[in-house]
Amino acid sequence: MSEASNDATQEISLNSAGARPLFQLSLMGKVGAGILLFWIIVALVGPYVAPFHPADFASDDSFGPVSAKYLLGTDYIGRDILSRLLHGARLTMALSFTATVLAFVVGISLGFTAALAGGWVDMVISRIYDAFLSMPTIMLGLVVIAALGSSIPVLIITAGLIYSCGLYRIARALAIEIKVMDFVEAARARGERLPWIISREILPNAVIPLVSEFGLRLVFSILFISGLSFLGLGVQPPTADWGVMVRENLGGLVYGSSAAFVPAAAIASLTIGINLIVDDFSAQRGQEIAEEMI
Amino acid sequence: MWLVVLRRLGLGIITLWVVSLLVFAGTEILPGDVAEAILGQSATPEAVQAIRDQLHLDRPAVVRYADWLTNLLRGDLGVSLAANMEISEMISGRFKNTLVLASLTAALAVPLALAMGLAAAMFPGGRVDRLVTISTLFLLSVPEFFIAATLVLVFAVHLQWLPAITYMTEYESVWQLMESLALPILTLTTSVVAHMARMTRAAIINVMTSPYIEMAILKGVPRGRIVLRHALFNAVGPVVNVIALNLAYLVSGVVIVETVFAYPGLAKLMVDAVSRRDMPLVQACAMIFCTAYILFILIADVLAILANPRLREPK
Repeated sequence: MSEASNDATQEISLNSAGARPLFQLSLMGKVGAGILLFWIIVALVGPYVAPFHPADFASDDSFGPVSAKYLLGTDYIGRDILSRLLHGARLTMALSFTATVLAFVVGISLGFTAALAGGWVDMVISRIYDAFLSMPTIMLGLVVIAALGSSIPVLIITAGLIYSCGLYRIARALAIEIKVMDFVEAARARGERLPWIISREILPNAVIPLVSEFGLRLVFSILFISGLSFLGLGVQPPTADWGVMVRENLGGLVYGSSAAFVPAAAIASLTIGINLIVDDFSAQRGQEIAEEMI
Repeated sequence: MWLVVLRRLGLGIITLWVVSLLVFAGTEILPGDVAEAILGQSATPEAVQAIRDQLHLDRPAVVRYADWLTNLLRGDLGVSLAANMEISEMISGRFKNTLVLASLTAALAVPLALAMGLAAAMFPGGRVDRLVTISTLFLLSVPEFFIAATLVLVFAVHLQWLPAITYMTEYESVWQLMESLALPILTLTTSVVAHMARMTRAAIINVMTSPYIEMAILKGVPRGRIVLRHALFNAVGPVVNVIALNLAYLVSGVVIVETVFAYPGLAKLMVDAVSRRDMPLVQACAMIFCTAYILFILIADVLAILANPRLREPK
């Protein structure tokens, strides 16, 4: 009895002694975190501080210049760009975040299931994913949207399923690696069931690689969804979405209007910010940023 | 060795077949009637019936798939729903335009990426390396339309050096054609180079960790000579692999770039077909792009097998 409690205290003290932060951000990482934080705040409060309604024809000028009233100018039908940008932040970020969460849930649960079940379950799931990975993601997206038409659920589910491919592979590999380790064997021997083993033994050990994966998939989802919106096949106008804003104002670019450039730069800063954090994170784990951007 | 290569080729053909299944299944995942979905709620029964006849929707999906595949193999791509034209006629000129764009981009991007990757790998962690890694990280993070918008604002609007739209019809001289192609090519190059340079750098640095390089360093061979004479030859396999893989990225790049510059290529045609829900045309374009993609990856793998004796033996 006394021995057991002794063990417990020792474990706690060990934990608190080793409780250094998961990772320390470098300067670039901090810049990235700052950018991400800024856009998260914009997404949360943006619609409340926007000077105009995003669908308001606030000005008679199309492609109006930057002025005190219209801080970022007006778009092709005289709507205030700043207001549309503030409103669009929420949609653009929420869409890709939801898709990434979906990718995570689907990819990780299938990956762990495949690794632990093995045999034909593993083979069937793996072959299906192989089939999806044999097409460039944009082609997959285009075919699905040609068939189903574009709507927000279709966008989220398509992006989520496409990016679950990568997560499936990672989760499966991690689980196979961890599966044979002693503590999992021990849990199995104790007679623990599969869900318990996944949630209490395997998942905690896979957290760190999966966090940087999350950032990476988030970037892919942002690029994928805003790319489709830019092609006119994602979010539909007049909804304020960054990809849509780039598309509708593209014609003004040749006259020197920044109406298309501003939302494009917003997307770029967001994705750069996230990638700076991810890069920092993976550099500290001695890994190159994964290069599968298709 | 040839057995391994042959096996890889076989795998490529199987992959292509799976892709054809996926592309065709795209039409079948529609809940309800394809013809009604394509035309929308307000369609007249006659119009719906016409589409149904044209797509032979009265026949089972398996039969339609078999027909479609055999026609595809014979080079018959079918008839577009929206334009009511032979698809092969519609795409021949477009395909050429996209090929021009892609090959000029490759001609520019490959040497540039190699130079950047080599320069960065020369002194890992050095000033050049940091510049290359950070700038490529930025470039591969941003969407292609951001790169395009920036280049248009700089080169077409402020400097007025280059035109912002590419028509590809009548040009007085080759120079004029090049001028109008410059911005699309620059955009595509920028987005492809980022990946290619990073992966080239990684491939060379990987070779640089081997003992024989350490030996060369210890006996005092200059750094440039080590990279160019010692490391590069053993890195040729992985580097060529990297290049072929990255040329496959062009497939997704052209979709955005052709839309930005209203470039009359195959990708623009496909995007228009998707918004009109012209399924036969979407399927044909998707098959062409996916074939190109699979082909590049196949070439990358075969080159890797040829360059690395360890991959040559069948497992």
